[in-house]
Amino acid sequence: MTTKGKLAWGLVLLVAVLHFDFWWWDSTTIVFGFVPLTLAFQVGITIGAALAWALVMRYAWPRDVEEWAAAADDQAAADASGPFQSGGVR
Amino acid sequence: MLAVLTPAADAVSRIPLYVVAAYLVLLLILGTLVGRLFRGTSSDFFVAERSIGPVLLLMSVFGTTMTAFALVGSTGEAWERGAGVYGLMASASGIVHSLVFFLVGIKLWAIGKRHGFMTQVEYFRARYRSTRIGYLLFPILVVLVVPYLLIGILGAGVSLRGVTVGMFPETFPGQLNAVTGKLMFVGAVPPWLTGLVVCAVVLYYIFTGGLRSAAWANAFQTLVFMITGVVAFLLISNELGGLNAATDAVLQRSPQHLTRAGMGIGKLEFLSYMFVPLSVGMFPHLFQHWLTAKRASSFKLTTIAHPLFIGIVWVPCILIGIWAAGAGVIPPGNNPNALLPKMVDQYLHNPYLTGLLIAGILAAIMSSLDSQFVCLGTMFTRDIVVASLGKDRFTDRQLLSFGRGFIVAIVAVTYVISLFPPPKIFDLAVWCFSGFSGLFPLVLASVYWRRATKAGAYASILAAVATWGWFFWNGLVQPTLAGEVVHGEPLIGGMMPVAFVVAASAAAMVVVSLLTSPPPEEHVERFMVSTRDIG
Repeated sequence: MTTKGKLAWGLVLLVAVLHFDFWWWDSTTIVFGFVPLTLAFQVGITIGAALAWALVMRYAWPRDVEEWAAAADDQAAADASGPFQSGGVR
Repeated sequence: MLAVLTPAADAVSRIPLYVVAAYLVLLLILGTLVGRLFRGTSSDFFVAERSIGPVLLLMSVFGTTMTAFALVGSTGEAWERGAGVYGLMASASGIVHSLVFFLVGIKLWAIGKRHGFMTQVEYFRARYRSTRIGYLLFPILVVLVVPYLLIGILGAGVSLRGVTVGMFPETFPGQLNAVTGKLMFVGAVPPWLTGLVVCAVVLYYIFTGGLRSAAWANAFQTLVFMITGVVAFLLISNELGGLNAATDAVLQRSPQHLTRAGMGIGKLEFLSYMFVPLSVGMFPHLFQHWLTAKRASSFKLTTIAHPLFIGIVWVPCILIGIWAAGAGVIPPGNNPNALLPKMVDQYLHNPYLTGLLIAGILAAIMSSLDSQFVCLGTMFTRDIVVASLGKDRFTDRQLLSFGRGFIVAIVAVTYVISLFPPPKIFDLAVWCFSGFSGLFPLVLASVYWRRATKAGAYASILAAVATWGWFFWNGLVQPTLAGEVVHGEPLIGGMMPVAFVVAASAAAMVVVSLLTSPPPEEHVERFMVSTRDIG
């Protein structure tokens, strides 16, 4: 994995950890005039999660997955009619 | 439906019902149009020939994952437990759902495409080299899905009944309240009729095009319930004097609704709630939606946008819920699920918006129902009929007929059960999330751990069933039999029971797999998706 990919995953981890915002458990602060602080922070977590996932998609995408999925597997046909019923006609 | 109903004696507006009816007609039209794309094969019916693109995958996965709880339940939960509910349930799901889509969903898509799987059970049978594991897993999955179907049908009926009171007093005389001896819901469309219509509409559009129709219908319905939440939010805030005034009222009247400490949300509960969204990794209907993707890259948009979509639906509902507390609004019967319709009714007085809200609730319900119906039909056909009698005995057309026949049977059985709902059905559904989460180690190990064995898989399933069953018996069944009133899942040492169920299932998988002979390397190799990330 590239450095950028590792950083993207690091951001996912950071967002997941920050989600546990125990430090303002009893805060009644309101921000932007109408949003409770705890809610605003968690909305930030939601946006941060989307951003982190966008970076993972960009820098840590499993490049060969489609080629792997499309590759021939001789065993599949046997399984399809065999005891494990992996099923489906390719 | 409307033509056979006799007129209202008074001036109760039927506009909400007409809006709902128009929405259902739109769904039928959409189903007919999408049905023209249907290729007539079982593969198209069950997994849309694996041809769904990024936008449709995002909308259909989101619509399937979100139930009516996203609109009605979230508002009620915020009214009961404050603004902290968003962090507890929604933002946790935004992180974990996408994690599961990326780490598990893409791999299962690749394995499903390469080996031709259409159901979870087919995959697990092959991966763990055991036909019998399918017969163990199948009833567990069905038992966990059926309560969802029931609450969908029941929820639709209850929602529409609430807004149609007084519309048809001569046709529907109402229901006798055993306590007060008075008639309730006089003139309202009864739940049995709504359930029948909802089932018929869903049945129609999934019959015309299978999972492809469900995907398109889900996309449409997702748009409807997202728009509904935002519109209700804007208009209600306006009626409450604006955004600032609405929240100021909460600060003055019920400041604890702005906090988590004041509303009884514990830190361990918050921490352990992260296990609940793992359930998406084992939803059989979601598994099937993943398989519809045309390419792995179709998952990119779903993974990125899913948290944002959760925010768009949940944030308005959470704010409406705490504003209700600030405004001193009490839902009918103190029932949190009745809060959102109550707020719309009390503050908007607009029959079109009331109709739109109910259509939005039905949209959220039906966008889950359709996928679950198709999924159960697919499972019966492939995991029981084909697995028991052999694939070569049937033509593709016969498999398609089996699938449709089972779907009709499932809809009929579910509808009949909904007429005599088991007690605590809504609480039961909450427990189902924990059940699916408890099975998550089974799927995670299957795609990442080469050492996972058949015995480990059995042990994992049985450990999940045993621990879940124990908590379920002691947390819901026994207290209910003793006449106690319970809501949701009881906390164990401050933590959600699901944390213990997942831990037991994972431990059983690891310990028993390590104690038994590893599966042949060449077999496991077929299920280990070989990938390289960009670099």
